[in-house]
Amino acid sequence: MRHHLVVRVIAKMLIPFIMLFALYVQFHGDFGPGGGFQAGVIFASAFILYALVFGVDTAREVAPDWVVRTGIALGGLIFGGTGVVSLLKGANYLDYSALKPDPVAGQHIGILVIELGVGITVASVMTAIFFAFAGRGRKGPG
Amino acid sequence: MIASVHFPVLQIVLPLLLAPVCVLLRGARLAWFTALTASWAAFGIAVALLLDVLAGGPISYAVGGWNAPWGIELRVDAANAFVLTIVAGIGAVVMIFARESVEHEIGNARAYLFYATYLLCLAGLLGVTITGDAFNLFVFLEISSLSSYVLISLGKDRRALYAAYQYLILGTIGATFYLIGVGLLYQVTGTLNMLDLAQRLEGQEGLRGVRVAFAFLTVGISLKLALFPLHFWLPNAYAYAPSAVTGFMAATATKVSIYVLLRVFFTIFGVEFSFGQMPLGEILMFLAVAAMFAASTVAIFQNNIKRMLAYSSVAQIGYIVLGIGMASVTGVQAGVLHLFNHALIKGGLFLAMGCIVYRIGSTHIDDLAGLGKRMPWTAAAFVAGGLGLIGIPLTAGFISKWYLVLAALEKGWWWIAVLILLSSLLAVVYVWKVVEQMYLKPAGEGAGRTEAPLGLLVPTWILIIASIWFGIDTRLSAGAALEAAKTLLGAG
Repeated sequence: MRHHLVVRVIAKMLIPFIMLFALYVQFHGDFGPGGGFQAGVIFASAFILYALVFGVDTAREVAPDWVVRTGIALGGLIFGGTGVVSLLKGANYLDYSALKPDPVAGQHIGILVIELGVGITVASVMTAIFFAFAGRGRKGPG
Repeated sequence: MIASVHFPVLQIVLPLLLAPVCVLLRGARLAWFTALTASWAAFGIAVALLLDVLAGGPISYAVGGWNAPWGIELRVDAANAFVLTIVAGIGAVVMIFARESVEHEIGNARAYLFYATYLLCLAGLLGVTITGDAFNLFVFLEISSLSSYVLISLGKDRRALYAAYQYLILGTIGATFYLIGVGLLYQVTGTLNMLDLAQRLEGQEGLRGVRVAFAFLTVGISLKLALFPLHFWLPNAYAYAPSAVTGFMAATATKVSIYVLLRVFFTIFGVEFSFGQMPLGEILMFLAVAAMFAASTVAIFQNNIKRMLAYSSVAQIGYIVLGIGMASVTGVQAGVLHLFNHALIKGGLFLAMGCIVYRIGSTHIDDLAGLGKRMPWTAAAFVAGGLGLIGIPLTAGFISKWYLVLAALEKGWWWIAVLILLSSLLAVVYVWKVVEQMYLKPAGEGAGRTEAPLGLLVPTWILIIASIWFGIDTRLSAGAALEAAKTLLGAG
C-alpha cells in the first residue's frame, strides 16, 4: 500500500491518537471501562495498522523480534513481581494493601502496576502473532 | 527472607515467574540452569509441604490477603501434598535429562523457549494440584494444557503437529466441559471454593443443575485423564512429543487430572452422592476394566515403542481408576499409590526411550535389535521398568497391584482380582516383545557399543531405582497414600 497517499497520510495521523487512546484505556481502567487487556490490544492495533500501510519489514525495524520477545516476558514479570514485592513486605502474595502504608493507596498502586504488566504482555503478544502470520512464506526469524 | 508460611504460593510462583526469566536470558545453558533451579526448588518446597501436612494437618493460604470463600484459597492436605511431591519430583528429574535431550531433539537456538514452556506447564500442573478454588483450577488447567500442546508440537516428526492439534481439540473440549460443570455449580451455590461448595451442596442433591454439573465434570475430567474410551489424544501425543516432554507428561499430566477427579468426586460432591446416588462407581470400574484389557491388547500390536508405552499408560490409568471406583479406603489408597508408582515407572521407561532416540534415532521395534549389547545400561533400565509395569514382586508395580487386589477382595469381588491378574499377563506380552528384540536378536552390521551419555542415563536410573526402592520400602509411599485416601474419604 506504499503508493496509496491518502491511506498513508491518514494512518500517520491516526496512529499517535490510537496509541494515546490505548494509554488512556490503560491508566483510566480503574475508574472506567478498560484495563490492561483492552489497552494492549488497542496499542498493538496501532502498530499493526502501521505494518499494514508501511510494510511488515519497516514495522519489524521499529520493533525487532527481541523487543517483542522482551515485552512478552517483561509484562508477566511485572505482574508476578508485584506479588513478590508484597511477599517481601511480609504480606501474602499479591496482597496490594502492603505496598503502601495506606492500604487503599496500596490497592490502587497494585492494580495499576499489574494492569501495566498485562498491557505490555498483551500488546507484545498481539504484535508477535501478527508478525508470525504476516511473515509466513518468507525467510526470516519466525 | 520469605518465611515458610508462603510455601504454598511459592510452589506455583517460582516456576511461573522463572519462565519469563528464561525467555529474557535466551542462552540455552542459562535457561536450562534457571529451569533446573526452579524445578528443584519446587521439589524442595513440595517435600517440605508434604512433611508439614503429615505432621500438622491441612495448610490454607489466602492469595492476595482475600480470605476464603471469597478469595482464592490455596489448600494443601495429605492428598494433594502427595501429588505435588510426585509432580515436582518428576519435573525436577526430567529437567536434568532435558539438557542433552533438548539440545539433540530441539536444538540450542530454540531451547530457551522450550524451558520457559516447560516451567509454565509445571507451574500449571502444580497450580491445579494446590488450589482450593474450583475456577482457579480451570485457569491452571488451561495454563498446563496450553503449554503442553506447545511442548508436544516441538517434536521432530511432523506428525507431532497433528498430535498436538488433536490434543488441543480434545483437551479444550474437556476443559470446557469442566468449566460448564463449575458454572452450573456456581449457579446453584454461589460459591467456587471447594470446601464451601461441598458444604452448600449438602441437601441440594436432587436439583437437576447439580446432576447436570456432575455429568459435565465427569466427562470433562475423564477426557483430560484419558480414561478409556476418551483416550484418543494420548497415544499420538506421547508418541511424537520430544522425549523429555513425553517422560514428563506421561508421569504428571494425566496424574494431575486423576487428582482432579478425586477432588471433585470425593471433596466437592462427597462419596455419598457420587457413588451412592449416582452410578459413578459402576461406570468407572467398567471403563477401567475395559481400559486394562483393550489398551493392553492394542499395545501388543504397536511397532512404535513410544506408542506402545502410551497405550500401556491408558491401561495403567485403568488400574488407578479401578481403585478409585471402589470408593473404599483401601481402593482409593491403591489408586493413589499406583498413581505414584506408575509415575515413576512410566517416567523411567519414557526416559529410557529418550536415551534410545538419542543414540539410535528411532523408536521402531526393528531398530532395537541387539540393543542389550549396544546400550546395556539403557536396555537394563527398560527391563527394570518393564518388570514394574507387569507387577513383578520387588517392584513398585507389584505393590500397587497388591493393594488393588486387597481392595477388591475386601469388597468380596474376587473376579475383579482375577481380571487384574489376567490383564497383567497382557503387559508381560508387550514388555517381552521388546526384551526379546533387545537381547535375543543380533544387532545389525556395523553397530558398535554406543551407550547414552551420563546426562541422560543418570535421571533415567534415578526414576528406575526409585521405582524399585518403593517396591521394597513402602512405608513412605503406601503411608502417604493411606493418609491421602483417609483425607479424601473424610475418615481421617
